[in-house]
Amino acid sequence: MTENVHVQEQFQDAEQQHSTDVLGMWVFLGSEILFFGGLFLVYTIYRQAYPEAFAEASSHLNLWLATANTAILLSSSLTIAMSELLLRQDRLRSARLAMAATVGLGLVFLAIKGLEYYLEYAEGLVPFLGSFSYSGPDADQVRLFFHVYFSMTGLHALHLAIGVGLIVSMLVLSFRCSDRARLERQLEVSALYWHFVDVIWVVVFPILYLIK
Amino acid sequence: MANAELQTGAVQASEFAADVDSLFLVMAGLSGIVVAGIAVLILIFSIRYRRSRSSMREGPPDFPLALEYTWIAVPTLIFIGLFVWGARVFLQSQAERNDALELRVVGQQWMWMFYHPGGARELNELHIPVDRNIRLLLSSDDVIHSLYLPAFRIKQDAVPGRYTQVWLNAERTGRYRIMCAEYCGTEHSQMYGVVEVMEPEDYSLWLELNAYDTTLAAQGERLFNAMACSGCHTSGSTIQAPSLEGLYGRVVNLQDGSTVVADEVYLRDSIIVPDRDIVAGFDNVMPAYNDQLSEAQLFMLIAYIQSLTLAQ
Amino acid sequence: MSDAGSGTLSRSSRASYLTAGYTLRSWLLTSDHKRVAWLYILSITIFFLVGAAMAAVIRVELATAEGDTVTADSYNKMFSLHGIVMVWFFLIPAIPATLGNFLIPLMIGARDLAFPKLNLLSWYIYTLGAIFTVYTVIAGGVDTGWTFYTPFSSMFSNSHVVAALTGVFIVGFSSILTGLNFIATVHKMRAPGLTWFRLPLFVWSIYATSLILVLATPVLAITLVLVILERTVGIGIFDPALGGDPLLFQHLFWFYSHPAVYIMILPGMGVTSELISCYSRRPVAGYRFMAYSILAIAFIGFLVWGHHMFVSGQSAYASLVFGLLSFMVAVPSAIKVFNWTATLYKGSISFETGMLYALGFVGLFTLGGLTGLVLASIAVDVHVHDTYFVVAHFHYIMVGGMVMAYLGGMHFWWPKITGRMYNETVGQLSAIISFIGFNLTFFPQFVAGYLGMPRRYHSYPPEYESLQLVSSVGAVVLAIGYLLPLLNLGWSAFAGRKAPGNPWNASGLEWSGASPPPPHNFSEPVVVAQEPYSYHTDDRDNPLVPDRA
Ligand code: HEA
Ligand code: HEA
Ligand code: HEC
Ligand code: CUA
Ligand SMILES: [Cu+2]
Repeated sequence: MTENVHVQEQFQDAEQQHSTDVLGMWVFLGSEILFFGGLFLVYTIYRQAYPEAFAEASSHLNLWLATANTAILLSSSLTIAMSELLLRQDRLRSARLAMAATVGLGLVFLAIKGLEYYLEYAEGLVPFLGSFSYSGPDADQVRLFFHVYFSMTGLHALHLAIGVGLIVSMLVLSFRCSDRARLERQLEVSALYWHFVDVIWVVVFPILYLIK
Repeated sequence: MANAELQTGAVQASEFAADVDSLFLVMAGLSGIVVAGIAVLILIFSIRYRRSRSSMREGPPDFPLALEYTWIAVPTLIFIGLFVWGARVFLQSQAERNDALELRVVGQQWMWMFYHPGGARELNELHIPVDRNIRLLLSSDDVIHSLYLPAFRIKQDAVPGRYTQVWLNAERTGRYRIMCAEYCGTEHSQMYGVVEVMEPEDYSLWLELNAYDTTLAAQGERLFNAMACSGCHTSGSTIQAPSLEGLYGRVVNLQDGSTVVADEVYLRDSIIVPDRDIVAGFDNVMPAYNDQLSEAQLFMLIAYIQSLTLAQ
Repeated sequence: MSDAGSGTLSRSSRASYLTAGYTLRSWLLTSDHKRVAWLYILSITIFFLVGAAMAAVIRVELATAEGDTVTADSYNKMFSLHGIVMVWFFLIPAIPATLGNFLIPLMIGARDLAFPKLNLLSWYIYTLGAIFTVYTVIAGGVDTGWTFYTPFSSMFSNSHVVAALTGVFIVGFSSILTGLNFIATVHKMRAPGLTWFRLPLFVWSIYATSLILVLATPVLAITLVLVILERTVGIGIFDPALGGDPLLFQHLFWFYSHPAVYIMILPGMGVTSELISCYSRRPVAGYRFMAYSILAIAFIGFLVWGHHMFVSGQSAYASLVFGLLSFMVAVPSAIKVFNWTATLYKGSISFETGMLYALGFVGLFTLGGLTGLVLASIAVDVHVHDTYFVVAHFHYIMVGGMVMAYLGGMHFWWPKITGRMYNETVGQLSAIISFIGFNLTFFPQFVAGYLGMPRRYHSYPPEYESLQLVSSVGAVVLAIGYLLPLLNLGWSAFAGRKAPGNPWNASGLEWSGASPPPPHNFSEPVVVAQEPYSYHTDDRDNPLVPDRA
């Protein structure tokens, strides 16, 4: 399998290339954590300041859809891990299937998220687009919650969409490129990113949906 | 007196100003010594060890480690000392003072408005008595401004949506500059005024000449009725709302079990974001007033609620 | 592309990276770190000139107390764009993206960076951000100051805030990717034998800078996104009317921007260490202390951001903590200043252009840093916050320090980069002129600031007029000091004397091959068996012998 490994100009050997790629992705994810970290900080401060409003606002979210989404995303982490394993075992076809399943799950997640957004829009909970019609107690702070909610889930959805694109390109690569080591390496790096997006959701879900 | 000259530059108009200046001068002097020391060393080395001189370099070039630790330890100690000094001066300036004259300041693009407890208002001018503790409570109607009184070495941002405060005790009569130090848009550099520090007699005279028919609290009371606050907050109203009598300065029990002292910030929040702290035993039915009241009106309402305590 | 790319010819002087292709395409699609460095050199020079032109307008306006040259709005746009351009489009990339890009692989014995294509992509991202910024300028500017404080930026400003924010946001990703690339490179691509404590301090400084770039920039990015969202779709995270907190923006902004000031000084410290040691033929004193203090500055630098907010209404307790930590972050800086001075001791010192700039750096950085301590003592900061004292403080460090280091480094490595020598006399003259012009420009601002002149003032009270006039005159001298190296280096790149491989007889690995270097740097794998800075006082004119290992 290692005969036709192509090592890029700057590296001494395949091992160096592999560990550098993985390190590069970890550094990038470290950076991403701080990107979301800024939002989490905003959230924490406002939740401290307006606990009732946040609890009230949270109760208007659709917990069922979000729970389903959590399950979907967790399964997708499983399928992407499987595709790595299968590829390492030289079972290319099954690995492709697992990748396709990951892409599918990712798309279903996005679709459900879209449905959620639509329901919120219909209910008048979108604080921009001029349709905010919530008028219960603490309307302003509820509105603040929805600002935070839409920025957080929106950014997460954007990351997930990028992840879907990444896995799709891995699928394409698996047909077009005969360099198995390269595919393995890039799939490993993409999977790292996928897991990261998943973990972000695991944080976002409880703090937005499960406020008591 | 009103045409007395404006005093600018290094003038010290308060004790705090003198404290700040001494700290600054010591630090500036120390910095000067360090910079000069480094410069002299560089110069000496540059001359003695310049390439064209070849005979002076015998002996091992290594440095004893002790030297390295010395120049870590000594600055660290000096730094801690300077920090403690600066912190003490700062904390002193922040300390609560008794019996202070309460002034209210609102920043607005691009002017300063001052409200005296007696009801007098001033625009870009501030008259205060000498040798008297003064507490300025600041807010802003639009963007962040910063009230800057260089002669007193004090500065405090006025932030929309919250109160900030600063203490002042003027030691010298005279006229001094007021400026805005936080960038706030087109005419930021034109947002200035004059503070006039007066002898107590002159100050009383000024108060008399500028007397308003009503005090700040009385203006607040009028507003309290006009905004229908009184509809709920009077005994006998159908809606159950807490009595505001004796509220200011008292400890309030909140619904979530915690307690808070009813200071200005609490009163302000209770009016514009009533949701933040709900009084134990009451429903969260009070509407939020944040779109309906200007900062100045809030100051009036609060002055009124405060007067309900002070009157007792 | 030309055919000279294959590695076998690399020792011959004809096969340099510069001759590896002459077409525009061979430059714009290169993944050679040395060519990417050139792309940055040209871009940041353009932006320096843009920022300098704005500084020129500022200084003309401030020469008199009345606001008589430009309108208040134009003035406000001038200093905002000056700050934005100088910080994000000039100074942050200044050393890392040019000298860092060029030298890191050479210094660690690698054939390129870990991710060469990503490196090129970073430059394109920088360019995209730059386009937004240029658009901002053309469309009419932005007037928020480089700090973009809310709610002014989010709700009140009528200028092109979104375009400006987008530019900065995009260029942030360029920073992140550059930092990521350097971190991976330094970790994984060092030549055998090149242990961490054999790395030149320049590499250490770029490594620490990269950590900050990667960990702080994303916080700025998300903060700017939130302001962009507020202005475009109305997501009002910082809106005080909804109970949002304007101070939250300041916390997030300074959480990035204080570490960012160390992005703007650490590389300069690295350059200074290389220069001083080479021109005094002495190993850097206290090498390990120097390396550790770089890391210490980077880490403590993350914990002091609140010193920009002493009068914002933040709690007194927080101010005390931030104040103390600000003093502590000065300790490692002190270590560096003392060790640079000590390096001269018993050296064999010569005063080429690079050395003059480096010594200028030490002096001006020290003064700038010490005035930082004045700002960190809370009681004094209450008075001088947002006055010209602060303006002087940061120009001393950023212009007096970092720009000096950048120019010094450029002169030092110019023969390596271009294979040509600049004119030494003109070089020395420019170092001296800019040192004088600099002090003339910015020292009076300390005085004006302490006497209470607020910054960002279009017109100002007459008592500051004489000080500001001196400052404006100084800026003219300073401008000459900056024009000279531009001409000197620019001219020498084409017509300068051919440089020998190692004109300074420097010890670094980057000097071991031909100048300019061949496309892939090293034809044979490099093995390092030598401590850094193996200088001897008597080796100026003899080729360096590997040290007593
Ligand atoms: C490269 C940029 C850079 C660097 C390195 C620094 C370094 C430091 N800065 Fe500065 N700073 C800025 C750029 C920088 N700063 C900018 C741009 C602003 C304004 C932002 C804005 O509002 O627009 C600012 C503002 C700023 C403020 C806020 C001022 C205000 O707005 O009110 C403060 C306050 O504490 C501060 C402190 C410091 C300190 C303590 C250091 C320390 O790291 C300095 C440490 C170095 C030394 C101290 C010198 C060496 C020491 C010795 C030689 C030892 C001497 C020995 C003895 C005294 C015994 N800075
Ligand atoms: C980061 C790097 C950096 C650099 C290199 C500089 C360089 C200079 N800066 Fe800048 N400055 C900042 C960063 C920087 N600055 C920041 C962050 C701010 C705060 C902004 C804010 O408040 O938001 C600021 C603010 C600032 C102010 C305060 C404005 C105010 O508060 O109202 C002033 C005033 O003198 C000033 C002056 C200068 C000068 C004279 C130079 C000189 O060193 C520049 C030298 C060049 C020249 C003197 C002109 C040279 C001319 C040419 C080369 C030819 C082109 C000229 C024409 C076509 C006319 N700067
Ligand atoms: C619809 C009825 C209603 C109106 C109108 C109303 N309030 Fe209230 N207010 C309440 C209730 C109920 C509470 C107690 C629950 C809470 O804290 O939110 C309260 C609490 C307060 C408190 C805190 C009291 C405490 O004991 O801590 C203040 C101060 C206050 N209101 C001031 C005002 C002012 C000023 C206005 C007019 C601008 C106003 N209120 C208008 C019902 C009202
Ligand atoms: Cu108000 Cu500046
Ligand atoms: Cu700082």
